[in-house]
Amino acid sequence: MSEVKDNQGPLWEVFIQSKNNLPYKHAGSVHAFDGEMALQNARDLYTRRGEGRAIWVVPSNQIISSVPTDEDSFFDPSDDKIYRHPTFYTVKEGVKNM
Amino acid sequence: MDEAKQEELFWKKIEAEEKIEPKDWMPEDYRKNLIRQISQHAHSEVIGMQPEGNWITRAPSLRAKKVLLAKIQDEAGHGLYLYSACETLGVSRDTLIEQLHQQKAKYSSIFNYPVLSWADIGAVGWLVDGAAIVNQVSLQRTSYGPYSRAMVRICKEESFHQRQGYEIITQMANGTAEQREMAQDALNRLWWPSLMMFGPTDKDSPNSAKAMKWKIKRESNDLLRQRFIDKTVPQAEILGLSIPDPDLELQADGSYKFGEINWQEFYDVVQGNGPCNKQRLDHHIKAHNEGAWVREAAIAYGMSKSKETIAA
Repeated sequence: MSEVKDNQGPLWEVFIQSKNNLPYKHAGSVHAFDGEMALQNARDLYTRRGEGRAIWVVPSNQIISSVPTDEDSFFDPSDDKIYRHPTFYTVKEGVKNM
Repeated sequence: MDEAKQEELFWKKIEAEEKIEPKDWMPEDYRKNLIRQISQHAHSEVIGMQPEGNWITRAPSLRAKKVLLAKIQDEAGHGLYLYSACETLGVSRDTLIEQLHQQKAKYSSIFNYPVLSWADIGAVGWLVDGAAIVNQVSLQRTSYGPYSRAMVRICKEESFHQRQGYEIITQMANGTAEQREMAQDALNRLWWPSLMMFGPTDKDSPNSAKAMKWKIKRESNDLLRQRFIDKTVPQAEILGLSIPDPDLELQADGSYKFGEINWQEFYDVVQGNGPCNKQRLDHHIKAHNEGAWVREAAIAYGMSKSKETIAA
């Protein structure tokens, strides 16, 4: 092992589902040498007070992220389609349950 | 986008109280200062485990022992949340630990004072965690997203720490004459170092102005220190313990005027000449080195696993 520098292992991003049927939410990161160790470390670190019922761990270098400087043009297609929102439409007064 | 435009965008976000996220453009100085502040904060959590760890085997009851263990485990957790936040700035955990060992990174001076009795354990939870809470509540509004989120998490967990400390000091203050004396002695020794935790006065705090402009720091050292004093003095009164400051005086506006802090002592401890500086750092280095074989085995295991995955 002499050729590998002493280290804490690769970084993993941790996502936690706090309750059944809720989306997973990013909690932070842990260091670990494989997925199982990452799960155990994430459990010990991020769920000491029942904060979660399920955990995902993902190698940090596998996360593909949008680029903040491009956010305007990247999200542009959603900005000009106000007809995707229900408030775009007028409904005759008196119409119920819609 | 050119740099001037990016910087303009950065300041717009800061002004609008929006958070800066890891992939956002940020001034190099902002990044550097964040790394300095967050890593110092992380190291403090981890070094802070030492004075309390010394008391696990001497806790006076099983309940006290379980509570202390849980608190110390939380401190480790807080250190890790903060290392995690710091690593989003592009610095590795190994580098951060190396900086601590080479004394390029600091930790809070309070942990360079000895914890001599069980009453001190109470005083640490009550005063040291109490002071940390005042600082951390303010930092929940810090401008860097991952740091802010770590602070929110830490603050949720921290109030248990202060309460367990106050419970211990209450028991001691209401105990035998000797126990009461231990409680007063703990307060006498830890009061002033706790006030020093907020750092130099505003006029002598070199990093403050920039940190406030960037909103890394949200409130000044003096203001936070005053807030801590105003909260804590009545808590001491309820216990019938006296604050070791003859100049302490309640003012008309409900805040307390307090005596001169011994800044020479503060700078001595920061520069490495406190009662326990050497002991704390030596112990961290020793523990790290003694763990090397575990990491070595884990690295070997991890490498063989990833080969398996590739082969499969």
